[in-house]
Amino acid sequence: MNHASVQNPARREFLKTSAAIMGGLVIGFYLPVKGGRAYAADAPPKMVYPPNAFIRIMPDDSITIVVNKSEMGQGVYTSLPMLIAEELEADWSRIRVESAPVAAVYNHTGFGMQMTGGSSSIPSSWEQLRRVGASARVLLIRAAAKQWGVPESECNAVNSEVMHKKSGKKTSYGKLAAAAATLPLPEQVELKLPKDFKILGKPMKRIDTPEKINGSAQFGLDVYVPGMLTVLIARSPVFGGQVKHFNATEALKVPGVQGVYQVPTGIAVAASGFWPAKTARDMLEIEWDEGPGAKISTQQMRKEYLDLAATPGAVARKEGDTDVGLKSAYKSVSAEYEIPYLAHAAMEPLNVVVDLKPDHCTIWTGTQAQTMDRAMAAQTALLNPDQVEIHTTFLGGGFGRRANPRSDFVIEAVQVAMAVGKPVKVVWTREDDMRGGNYRPMWSDRIEAGIFRNGKPLAWKHTIVGQSIVADTSFEGFLVRNGVDVTSVEGAATLPYLIPNLLVDLHSPKNAVPVQWWRSVGHSHTAFVVETMIDELAQLAGKDPVGYRLGILPLASRYRGVLQLAVNKAGWGTKKIAAGHALGVAVHESFNSYVAEVAEVSLENGKIRVHRVVAAVDCGMVINPDGVHQQIEGAIVYGLSAALHGAITLENGRVMQSNFHDYAPLRFSEMPQVEVHIVESDLPPSGIGEPGTPPIAPAVANAIFKLTGKRLRSMPFDQAALA
Amino acid sequence: MISLKINGEENKVDADPSTPLLWVLRDHLQMTGTKYGCGIAQCGACTVHLDGRAVRSCVTPVSNAIGKQITTIEGLAETALGKKVQAAWQEVDVPQCGYCQSGQIMAATALLKEHPHPSDAQITTAMDGVLCRCGTYNRIRAAIQTAAAQQGGAK
Repeated sequence: MNHASVQNPARREFLKTSAAIMGGLVIGFYLPVKGGRAYAADAPPKMVYPPNAFIRIMPDDSITIVVNKSEMGQGVYTSLPMLIAEELEADWSRIRVESAPVAAVYNHTGFGMQMTGGSSSIPSSWEQLRRVGASARVLLIRAAAKQWGVPESECNAVNSEVMHKKSGKKTSYGKLAAAAATLPLPEQVELKLPKDFKILGKPMKRIDTPEKINGSAQFGLDVYVPGMLTVLIARSPVFGGQVKHFNATEALKVPGVQGVYQVPTGIAVAASGFWPAKTARDMLEIEWDEGPGAKISTQQMRKEYLDLAATPGAVARKEGDTDVGLKSAYKSVSAEYEIPYLAHAAMEPLNVVVDLKPDHCTIWTGTQAQTMDRAMAAQTALLNPDQVEIHTTFLGGGFGRRANPRSDFVIEAVQVAMAVGKPVKVVWTREDDMRGGNYRPMWSDRIEAGIFRNGKPLAWKHTIVGQSIVADTSFEGFLVRNGVDVTSVEGAATLPYLIPNLLVDLHSPKNAVPVQWWRSVGHSHTAFVVETMIDELAQLAGKDPVGYRLGILPLASRYRGVLQLAVNKAGWGTKKIAAGHALGVAVHESFNSYVAEVAEVSLENGKIRVHRVVAAVDCGMVINPDGVHQQIEGAIVYGLSAALHGAITLENGRVMQSNFHDYAPLRFSEMPQVEVHIVESDLPPSGIGEPGTPPIAPAVANAIFKLTGKRLRSMPFDQAALA
Repeated sequence: MISLKINGEENKVDADPSTPLLWVLRDHLQMTGTKYGCGIAQCGACTVHLDGRAVRSCVTPVSNAIGKQITTIEGLAETALGKKVQAAWQEVDVPQCGYCQSGQIMAATALLKEHPHPSDAQITTAMDGVLCRCGTYNRIRAAIQTAAAQQGGAK
């Protein structure tokens, strides 16, 4: 791919907004691009031009980058400014970051709305933000050339200064910004060649670290506005339940309690702070009309799902004839898999601050989905979207939960504000958050597979059962195709192995438990199923799991590079492994990035111990290598928590888990060593927030098989069965 | 009125004595660096120091803090050790979402106060109660080791 001298296609629209704002240079830019997990509208939405956009250069030479993606730990407050700073030739030490307000100019270039998700922040901003930076650089050089009466071509920009070599003149961006802001935007800009990058590809320290180590970083829960009340809500113990009647007499006696209100999701207690609100909430007497949700039990669902898995579903991918293939197989195997609901359990429980006035609504929250939340808040409060203002704070973890396709937590908070009539902070306790639904769906899978006499796969029939995340949401039209929610089958229907007879089909039963995307979405279960079954086929064929995979991956596949790099670095087959330890491997593509992981495991007192994980990543060109390391380290921990511990279960419609004692994330003492190796690439960058999660569970399960001869086919892993 | 000595300063708050210290810090004093994560001493996000020892402020009634020196993340840089720990955190670039990091840093500082050169096992024991969902554990260990190396003195 040639990055230089890219023309601006006619569809792309530049916009320049008021240069008068704060006396600086303000550059706005809108670039509708299709791609990614696209549900991009063909016609871009009507633009609303905010008073500022992506870059603000101040007279003191400080540069503020307005970031249109939510910072939830994945590093966008550093990596996105890097894209701009590279082309702007900016002094990195003077870069500041600000969170974008909600406006069409800040829409995701692929999604057509302001949103952070799908590991898409870098891929969707890669062209856009470099062009924004380059456009600003051109204007600054132009302004300097004009001022000095010299040709533009004789000037260049370095480290936030424009220089004219012949005369030795130079001046800073801060001094040029006001003049630059009066110039028309350039029709075309040249982007730098990767060989000339000074910032991109270099490990950069996070811009947000200083405020995250001294307690000053502001998360949603840290927002206090004058006159605000803290609200806790008693929600139905069963999904879909409604209040029949309630008695708040005792609750209202708690000092600090200001009022108790019935809202659509339950009974809201408003108080001077969290503690009185919680104390009073515990005293409410509520009778619930529980509805059909009270019948839901995990036990029953498992049976129903496994029954469904034995019947044909909606076809997601079909090649050849699996029935014939399975009949003529030299050897075959069939297996069932069970994978539970999972809570996101971000460290910061959900919370929203709402200040609702008759003609305006101000919201402070850590959201991943500003445009949807604003639209839903407006609809709830009977306002226009432009009367709703959202301040995106830092997110104390997102993992998908804070991009709710129903805007659940935002709508509820607006409803509370309407009831209370004062500014409110709705706080979810950990228990509320854990029991609040919007889980990664529960899945059951069934695979029948057979091999040729030479060991290679002949037939593969994979049936998936689980709720559709997008069903009955605004995403359904884009993401359900021929009855198949593509997020349910991603990673399974897209498996890369050469198999002549292949069928992947899907059942999407419905029930009252709300489900949602969870770091890596469908891949969080399909990688486990596919990569452990491939391991079984290697075993059936009597082959080494790595050699077996390499033998059935297409020759040009990017899977091969990461697989080979990971096993080489892990010493697969070459390094002596400690007695009682074993290695397992898995490789998976998600969000256009390829990750292979080798896990070294042992059993300690009957428990799985993961000692070391060696990961190899191909995510195209790397923006911030240190960010890639962080994301892979984090994705592995997130995936290991699920593999070893995570399960949300229901009995009589009630969620059985409530807090970190019974829904246990990985702890410090369980942390493996993690090594991350990056495949060098000059392809455009692809996702990095999620792709490290899918391979870890199958890598560990495959290592456990090597160690014990036992196959793990359910998550969390049944460690008792290994003893 | 309750009198509390927080980061060296006297504060008066009008709170029920049974209120957890966490909510007095946050809701009464708007010192928001100390975080709520679980409310039942399972995650450590709310860790503060009482007379130099790490405690979970979400289960510590404010009455238990009366007459003691309370140190929160906001006051940590006032000590040489606290500064060192924060500098190590910066050097290793530990945080991701950052929400748990106040608790991590407070727990690490209490550890280093007690054991200036902690063993790997001592680090694990001290930090096992502080959860991180972003997966910064290895960097936390590295930062503690960095801070310890800068402590000087006998190992």
